[in-house]
Amino acid sequence: MHTESLSGQAVFPAKHTEPRPEHPPEVPLAIHDLTVAYQRKPVLWDIDLNIPEGKLVGIVGPNGAGKSTLIKACLDLIPRTSGWAHIYGVPYRKARHRVAYVPQRESVDWDFPVNALDVVAMGAYRRLGWFRRVNAAETKRAMEALEQVGIAHLAHRQISQLSGGQQQRVFLARALMQDADLYLMDEPFAAVDAATEQAIVDLLRRLSSEGKTCLVVHHDLATVTSYFDWIVLINMRIVAAGPTAETFTRDNLQKTYGGKLSLLEKAAEALRSTPR
Amino acid sequence: MPDLSDILEVLLLQNYNTRLVVLSTTLLGIAAGLVGSFLLLRKRSLMGDALSHATLPGIAIAFAVMISLGGDGKSLPALLLGATISGVAGIATMLLIRNTTKLRDDVAMGFVLSVFFGVGVASLRMVQTLPGASAAGLESFIYGKTAGMVQSDFLLIALVAAVASLVSILFLKEFLILCFDDGYAAAQGWPTIFLDVLLLGLVTAVTVIGLQSVGLILVIAFLITPPTAARFWTQRLLPMLLISALIGGASGWLGAVISALTPQLPAGAVIVLVAAALFLISMLFAPTRGVLPRILSQAALRRKEDRQHFLRAVYEILEDQAGEGPVANRSFPYEALFAKRSWTPSQLRGILRIACREDHLEPTPPGRLRLSEPGFGEAARVTRNHRLWETYLIQYADVAPGHVDRDADMVEHILGAELVRELEVKLGGPLPDQTVPPSPHLVGDR
Repeated sequence: MHTESLSGQAVFPAKHTEPRPEHPPEVPLAIHDLTVAYQRKPVLWDIDLNIPEGKLVGIVGPNGAGKSTLIKACLDLIPRTSGWAHIYGVPYRKARHRVAYVPQRESVDWDFPVNALDVVAMGAYRRLGWFRRVNAAETKRAMEALEQVGIAHLAHRQISQLSGGQQQRVFLARALMQDADLYLMDEPFAAVDAATEQAIVDLLRRLSSEGKTCLVVHHDLATVTSYFDWIVLINMRIVAAGPTAETFTRDNLQKTYGGKLSLLEKAAEALRSTPR
Repeated sequence: MPDLSDILEVLLLQNYNTRLVVLSTTLLGIAAGLVGSFLLLRKRSLMGDALSHATLPGIAIAFAVMISLGGDGKSLPALLLGATISGVAGIATMLLIRNTTKLRDDVAMGFVLSVFFGVGVASLRMVQTLPGASAAGLESFIYGKTAGMVQSDFLLIALVAAVASLVSILFLKEFLILCFDDGYAAAQGWPTIFLDVLLLGLVTAVTVIGLQSVGLILVIAFLITPPTAARFWTQRLLPMLLISALIGGASGWLGAVISALTPQLPAGAVIVLVAAALFLISMLFAPTRGVLPRILSQAALRRKEDRQHFLRAVYEILEDQAGEGPVANRSFPYEALFAKRSWTPSQLRGILRIACREDHLEPTPPGRLRLSEPGFGEAARVTRNHRLWETYLIQYADVAPGHVDRDADMVEHILGAELVRELEVKLGGPLPDQTVPPSPHLVGDR
């Protein structure tokens, strides 16, 4: 295998020797040296990322680029091989109350014996704590959250009788219930109707205008520039991250989608074919 | 054959010999209904099956240990302790297989289920040949048997069933978020592994106390059937839990009674068959999700559609007859209906029969039809709603006039009075009553 050396002599990469950078608490999400592997197949490599506060941030990349994995790794839902992710300067387990998570809609069974209001009320479960049932005050907040996403009239409908867009709004309302500062959303725009898409965009803008930070996994390149202030282009590693206007360039997209990762992919392939 | 007084005596717990047994299976059924609901919603039914089959080696080994210690080997708590340990070992083996190989869950579960059960059957045979052993009763753990029960055994079963029921109600909210969305629950900070272990612990407890009466092969059916049946009656968790507990309790009670009256039938099978009967009733007749109510409401909607199509066709025929003049209720040839819609003659005969029954038609000479006064009014109303909806689709939904008739067809049958009023307002103020707007596309042009 060829090395990247041009002069013919071996090039040694600089070792990670610099001390851990200190993150001031106003950085909603700071990721350093994050690597994630599923059964030794690397999915994310050496992710370094600082998400600025109050921005509407899109995570964009091809299928299998590790977009959802990045969010799940930040939420401690999957083990990290190395590195760390800090939320407002502290590990996630100390900052849970400041974070709301919107999972992919397909990740749950919608033929479940609950109605829309029941699902939204789940956003209050942590606040309620062990054994305490959803009370009148939290039910009222859940109704308000449903109102904010425009489907208060469907509160008592069983969730399988909601359209895909309405189901997505239920998930957003549940996140709103948590009254968080950082929102991590996994494909909220996947397979929703145009009205829902607009409602979600309006909601995101409002959150952002209130100083909240939203990190949104997104796959529709056509809408990236109109929706997001800031983007993260990702394909197993961070290709580029920054304000949309400077970052969403043909060159960066080529790097993200155009298969310029030959060496990484070869390494991943080699690991995959090695018997465990 | 037991006579009526025998039946009543057992049913109402007046018979001393069967009272404890009937009470224990009833309590067991309630616990199984509650715990089984969460097992079902967590989609772990097969794991429960593997667990129950994996209890058999433990029963045999516990028996052997007790014999070797000089006892008679029939202490229920000791046998159930053995069952618990080997059941948990079975689950642990399954998790080990799953986490160290790439085998799928169902393969790991099938493997544990069959291997542990095989070991159990073999070791049961072996302990029966031990000197001084009389293992005649042990086979009843496979199929279940409502033999007489000593009070201490009953107390053990009742206590475990009560605790399992209470815990599943206490952890209702926590189990709900775990079963619905475990990733979200974990992100909120709920200890999902602990909750899963707790749930599996409840399933183990109910399985083990069900071994004696229901048997290890059928106990999974006792866990799964009541909640599946309950799901047909409701769309929410708490009612589902209560109905499931009710169905479980009723099957345990009735099943034990029937089995006490007909001792040749294995109790486990009878209990599970009662639960299955309740399931069948729920599946067919439950108003919320049952099969029959759904078929009936679909048939009612189809009849309504047929009636509206017929009335609108007649109104359009009358419009054609009237030409430029006002539409009046006259008689028209039967054949004209076929030009309006693709009915088969037998379909149309059925529709006409219903129209006669609803007094929409008046008696006429053969070959001709005439609407009654109420029928004519209804035809005007139906046509008006259809045209309002068509106009709305064209003006607001950008539907091409060529497609509008079909689209309107799909919706107009379910238009409520309120929606019609809304349509009128949208389309420029209420129209004078009974005025039918002209069709926005050529009538009969389809």
